[in-house]
Amino acid sequence: MNALLAMTVDPWIAALALLTVAVTVAMGFWSAGKSKSAGDFFVAGRSVSVGWNASAISGEYLSAASFMGVAGMVMLNGYDALWYPVCYACGYLFLLLFIAGPLRRFGAYTIPDFAEGRYDSPLFRKIAVCFVLFIGFFYTMPQMKGAGTTLAYIFPGLPYWAGVVVVGAVITLNVSLGGMKGITLVQAFQYWLKMFAIAVPIFVLAAVVGHYHEHLGANRTAQEAGRAIPVEVARSGLPAKAPTDEQWIAPFGSLTTKAVDNALKSAPSPEVKSELEAARRPYSLLYTYSLIIALVCGTAGLPHILVRFYTNPDGVAAKRTTMWVMILIGVFYVFPPVYGVLGRSLTPELYDAVGAKGTDKVVLELPTLLAGKDHPLLGSILSGITCAGAFAAFMSTFSGLLVSMTGALAHDIYGRILRPQSTPEQRLKAFKWSSVIVGALAVALGTQVEKPNINFLVGQAFAIAAASYFPLLFMSVWWRGMTMKGAAAGMLGGGLAALAAITLTTLSDVYSVKSLADFWVAHPLLRILCEQPAIWAVPLSIGLMIVVSKATSADVPADVRMKMLVLHAPEALGLKQEYIKEHEGLGH
Amino acid sequence: MGYPTPMKEPPTDPIHSDAFLTKLMRDQLKLSITCTLCFAVALIALPLLNYWQPELMARRIGGFTLTWLILGVLFFPFVWVISYVFIRRSIALEKAEAEAAKDGSRS
Repeated sequence: MNALLAMTVDPWIAALALLTVAVTVAMGFWSAGKSKSAGDFFVAGRSVSVGWNASAISGEYLSAASFMGVAGMVMLNGYDALWYPVCYACGYLFLLLFIAGPLRRFGAYTIPDFAEGRYDSPLFRKIAVCFVLFIGFFYTMPQMKGAGTTLAYIFPGLPYWAGVVVVGAVITLNVSLGGMKGITLVQAFQYWLKMFAIAVPIFVLAAVVGHYHEHLGANRTAQEAGRAIPVEVARSGLPAKAPTDEQWIAPFGSLTTKAVDNALKSAPSPEVKSELEAARRPYSLLYTYSLIIALVCGTAGLPHILVRFYTNPDGVAAKRTTMWVMILIGVFYVFPPVYGVLGRSLTPELYDAVGAKGTDKVVLELPTLLAGKDHPLLGSILSGITCAGAFAAFMSTFSGLLVSMTGALAHDIYGRILRPQSTPEQRLKAFKWSSVIVGALAVALGTQVEKPNINFLVGQAFAIAAASYFPLLFMSVWWRGMTMKGAAAGMLGGGLAALAAITLTTLSDVYSVKSLADFWVAHPLLRILCEQPAIWAVPLSIGLMIVVSKATSADVPADVRMKMLVLHAPEALGLKQEYIKEHEGLGH
Repeated sequence: MGYPTPMKEPPTDPIHSDAFLTKLMRDQLKLSITCTLCFAVALIALPLLNYWQPELMARRIGGFTLTWLILGVLFFPFVWVISYVFIRRSIALEKAEAEAAKDGSRS
């Protein structure tokens, strides 16, 4: 580890990373300069092929959590971490099956648009805007962690917080100057950069140091323990902090059993110990299901993902695009776990480090091993490529989030709530200031999350989205009896309950609140339910929506049948246009 | 985008009828639920198989354990198949719904 810390800046790595930043910023400005065609593309997509559109959507979707976090978590936790990429992909499918089509037909591009349109309630729009900002901040934290980790890797000795501040400032400046207006082209480019950066180095590495299946085969299962099995690849010795082979390769490993394992360490009596031993696997199963619900439903409720369904001219093109998105993200997700598996064999020293120096940087660290295999230049270039991919990952997602959160702050909070009479110039100024405020807050929050894993942070954002937005969208689309009060009660009740539960675990893990840590040791089941709240928070939210809507059934919007027809009837029937026309008629 | 005031009830021709809306929602929901069941069964069954059949799931196939191969590699093509089937059927369903609605209004 000391040798790693003492390493000087590798010119290849720094140059490739800086080139990515420069190209991204330049493309943003170039696209923004051509605002007419880029604007046409973003709104209607008429001049752009399904392939470009699918690349752009995938580019925004694959964040630092996908690029760095999945690999780091697989290295740290083994099999259980594979649920993350699988559920990210399944969540997208879930969105396609239940929510994407109706929302596209309704023409609501954001959740606040939908909240207001479905319930004729400007008040509900305001509530939804606050939640957009709130979940957005939660989701920016892991992106900032990715930025801090990568910069600390490129410039050894640079503190984590400095990386967060530098990257946050650059992206915020880019967005506030209008550089991300032509975001689609940039996102499409960044998908292919990420795909190249994750795939090419691993093929080269595998050819030199051994393949995926060989490194996985070197980890013995519980059934193989004690048997003499030929190992095809060289492995470095694992430090004491690393999970054992049996724990790592099998389901229900350290990620899901941590709560019970902590309780076992301080079990007061043999009876309690045997009870905990018996509960270990059932609790792990519960943790796994709760994680699956959080990730699948959370993906379907992420605000910035929904917007991207509308960059197509019609419903058929949107569906074809979505098919390609599924393929593009699915192919990508096969690769990060390979880094995690190879990292366990070849860079086990990362287990001993925490924060920015820990397993989250395995994607960046692995290619440099080639330097020790007589390929120093190749190692530097490949590591530079993975750094460039990491930059593309957190820049694309952070820029997208910043644009949507700044829009919510400037358009909804300033333009509709604080200063409804403001001029377009004042609103433009408000957009720029809002981006600075949102960027500064995101940086400040990002500096506080050096310790938790990137993917863990994303899981938390997803759990809150799963318990708030997903029930709101799902129930509003498929149940005519929903009222605004029911929708608000469920969204706020489920979302805030999930947030409270997650905050309790964060307080003990990140800020080391001792009384809470002691409480978790005594109550491992409660710890699991608070760390992964989706299994109870999603039903709570849906239940609240049903009960409150039934109690306030007189408030169901008068034209609910027409709204449902717009949501579900084929676009060819033109009900949306009819709805808008009637609406404008009523408005004047 | 704004919907400031409640609207009047829609006219009662076949396209705007309650029966048409109910059928639309039922057919769409049926297709979505069928596709969801396919991947939900897999998502629910895999942890259960890991729980009840750990030895079977730990069997090696080309270096991978069976459960690692399923979750880390095979799940993605499986999801592609479901989305492909859903998209094809959903486009066909939408076409049929539009034609049925237009025929209904003509007659």
